Amino acid sequence: MRGIGSIVAVLLLVSARAGEIPQDQRRSGYAFMAPDTQAMQDDDTSNPGMLWVLDGQALWTNRTGAANKACADCHGDATASMKGVAARYPAFETALGRPVDLEQRINLCRTAHQQAGALDHESHDLLALTAYVAHQSRGMPIAPASDPQLAPFLARGRELFVQRQGQLNLACANCHDDNWERHLAGSAITQGQPTGYPMYRLEWQTLGSLQRRLRGCMTGIRAQAFNYGSPELVELELYLMSRAAGMPTETPAVRP
Amino acid sequence: MASTLINVPKHARRGDVIEIRALTSHIMEPGYRRTAAGEIVPRDIITSFSCRYNGSEIFRADLFPAISANPYLSFFTTASESGTFTFEWIGDNGLSQTASAAITVE
Repeated sequence: MRGIGSIVAVLLLVSARAGEIPQDQRRSGYAFMAPDTQAMQDDDTSNPGMLWVLDGQALWTNRTGAANKACADCHGDATASMKGVAARYPAFETALGRPVDLEQRINLCRTAHQQAGALDHESHDLLALTAYVAHQSRGMPIAPASDPQLAPFLARGRELFVQRQGQLNLACANCHDDNWERHLAGSAITQGQPTGYPMYRLEWQTLGSLQRRLRGCMTGIRAQAFNYGSPELVELELYLMSRAAGMPTETPAVRP
Repeated sequence: MASTLINVPKHARRGDVIEIRALTSHIMEPGYRRTAAGEIVPRDIITSFSCRYNGSEIFRADLFPAISANPYLSFFTTASESGTFTFEWIGDNGLSQTASAAITVE
């Protein structure tokens, strides 16, 4: 018990800074990576995330569902129609009365317009389509929708971000706002900026969504992770995107 | 779905040392992991990769279960003549995948 007590004491002591990160000090996870990993992301022929982008490009024109429609039949050329779209998600969905993220939007399109089944969370095809759409925003600043209907959801996302939870009793903010210049067991803590999702994580050996990353963090602090697609995760995504407003989109990013 | 990303310079001068990079999509399931029910997940890896330059083999690699998913291979050769590089990945479950890239040597 004394051991745990001293760990908690250290955690309290290192909480040197508190509050939000000043605009000019915001940094993408890219800035925390080793040069080798940065080089891997920078070159499209060594960035494994591009394999999903290529598959997504093929899926974009693939007719499916009872309506026998492809994404391209409504949205045309993704390089024009999807430019900047991922940079402003999650967006408010009137029919549901709540915000949806890009993966949920793709699945809504599938069920409503293609009359096909929704794709599973973290399935290859959903990640590939999301990566292809988000890739069209690469280099563009994250520009959260200014829809006033999003305000209460954004506020809840912020609450979740600063809410201590789990057996370690940590909030997202305790690491990613207060201690991002430090290390945890040799790994950079980073600011948790969602600039490159879906992203290829070397630890995962695959592409993954922001929701997967958030769930991983929650398991790390020994909290019960929210379910995929839950409103709480979308609210957190919404807050994170507003927190990163103006930072360039990197999809598909590579992270260690 | 399987896809590959090949990086070969389009142009080179005769005698130049060029870098060739090949990335392919593959899960590289090592065959040692178990499902929640305790059953072994069968091995599914790429076992062999080769590169031919105008028909003659210039690079070959054997791959093993410890190699990470989506293997990325980089190697060098000397640009001697214009032509085609052909790449082949062979693996478990009858995997046989090819790709090619052209180069102009002046």
